[in-house]
Amino acid sequence: MTLVADVRRRIGSLQLDASFSIDKGETIAVVGPNGAGKTSLVRTIAGLAAVDEGRIAWDEFVWDESGSGVFVSPERRPIGYVFQDHALFEHLSVLDNVAFGLRASGIGRRDARTRARVVLEIVGGLKFEQRMPSELSGGESQTVAIARALATEPKLMLFDEPFAALDTSARAEARRLFVAMANPSMSRILVTHDAVEALTLADRIIAIEDGSIVQIGTPSELLAMPRSHFVAEILGLNALSGQLNGDQLSIGSMSLTVGAHEALDGNVIAIIRPRSVSLHQTRPEGSPRNVWNSSVVAVDRTADRVRVQLGAPLNISVEVTPAGFDALHTEVGADLWASVKASEVAVHPA
Amino acid sequence: MTTRARHEQRAPLLLAVLGTLAVIFFVLPLFALAVRVPWSSLVDVLGNEATTEALMLSIITSVITTAIAVIFGVPLAWLLARSTMPGRQMIRAICTLSMVLPPVVAGVALLASLGRRGVVGQLLNDWIGLRLPFTMPAVVIAQLFVAMPFLVLTVESGFARSSTTAEEAARTLGASPWYVFSRVTVPATRSAILAGAVLTWARALGEFGATITFAGNFPGATRTLPIATYLALETNVDDALLISMLMVMLSLVILVALRGRWIGAIGGAR
Repeated sequence: MTLVADVRRRIGSLQLDASFSIDKGETIAVVGPNGAGKTSLVRTIAGLAAVDEGRIAWDEFVWDESGSGVFVSPERRPIGYVFQDHALFEHLSVLDNVAFGLRASGIGRRDARTRARVVLEIVGGLKFEQRMPSELSGGESQTVAIARALATEPKLMLFDEPFAALDTSARAEARRLFVAMANPSMSRILVTHDAVEALTLADRIIAIEDGSIVQIGTPSELLAMPRSHFVAEILGLNALSGQLNGDQLSIGSMSLTVGAHEALDGNVIAIIRPRSVSLHQTRPEGSPRNVWNSSVVAVDRTADRVRVQLGAPLNISVEVTPAGFDALHTEVGADLWASVKASEVAVHPA
Repeated sequence: MTTRARHEQRAPLLLAVLGTLAVIFFVLPLFALAVRVPWSSLVDVLGNEATTEALMLSIITSVITTAIAVIFGVPLAWLLARSTMPGRQMIRAICTLSMVLPPVVAGVALLASLGRRGVVGQLLNDWIGLRLPFTMPAVVIAQLFVAMPFLVLTVESGFARSSTTAEEAARTLGASPWYVFSRVTVPATRSAILAGAVLTWARALGEFGATITFAGNFPGATRTLPIATYLALETNVDDALLISMLMVMLSLVILVALRGRWIGAIGGAR
């Protein structure tokens, strides 16, 4: 164990109550809906806020303990923090942003810049070292934020929604960088509300809702466990237990064709994203392999999306745009057709 | 040009008329001053020892006042904007009251505290024989008392508007609170600090009421340019006009020199 945290803190109406630990070199994703307390949790670990009750310790060093009153301020914790909006220093060049932490620790300007260049080269930011933050794209700005945090060689890196503000191509690049910078001597906490990010980038996942941890486990544990309905809902995914036979998946009376996978035949968990399912008034023409007739059980409408709960034979949630939903002229209890591409049905070993 | 103009919002007639009248109101006195100034005797007045003495005194004291206001006003502004100390509203009100006080009243209050028979002034006099009234330091104190609030309020609004995320980022990078303040907070609010300093300097340069009440009117020690102007008006109107013109030009030079940043900061601060 490296970080052992027992965080209890009240933020407005939210009661944060989370206990967990992180191993050396481990990457943990904290997932949950907006307002669940994810950011508050990492801010507390960084020391930007203190626990009301509880204890945060790194190896044998206590960082924050309500009982003894010990509190180590953020500048004395060996952490790096990548903020959601990157929080670059607007008055400093990219190079001096990256050198900031080294300068703050008393290293001379020339040495700090030399070391900052090394870090920038590793993350691929050397080509814009002379630019000012206002001249950077979102992806470049994030690269600088990561380089700046890495430059002080932290033992624990905290990432608050690092990919949320990026466009699609920058996001792919940022994910590659995130994977590439994995380091056996550096632990990482990744805050995200994107389930796929958590599943693909983390060694373990902490699912959090209303300030409390509802599940901790490896991605496959989370996907496979019986509790997964609750977790899957937090993750915003449909998780279905079924039997796999080649590329055919049986779920109750239903049979779905699945995409490329590495699972063996037998019991599996299938993941279907709500947005990958299409709804139709009549049986769709063309070639989606998986088409079935179902009924609307519930409709949850918000400003920018409509979540439709389908009944038998597959109890899943589907997300469509309000315009798309209106075009269906459907309502609770009505029949409709659903389709999903084989490649959108992901199976994982159970 | 015509296409662009068509897209611009046209000012309602009433606003255009009233706004124009306001402009005339500001321009007319300056214009009249320039017309009435006996430019031919400019050299005489500038060569006049009494005038140059007053000019130098005004420049020196207003610059010292501005420097002291920055040294103490920036920390005060930070406390008002960022700390959670109790009674902040009350402290802000007291520390900026002198902005709205009649300057004469400010001068009387300074006499009551630092005058020879003042609450503190008497102690200073008895213990170390220090008498402030009618000295150059008294001029600075009078200017500071009425001008520093301009700096405090401008800088406070700068601190309040600047994002605290960059400061938090600096702390996670290992920067001590002082390093964060000097390397992140101050650079991020430098335009507000500059704007506040310029406002303070301008107010200090023009200070009359509190100065003449508290510091008096001693040539070479406390007779600043505004006081000299007022006195000249009684004896020689031409001199008063010339000194006034001198101050207009002095202010204009500073304003133009700082134009870009100053206007930017004021625009952003409001």
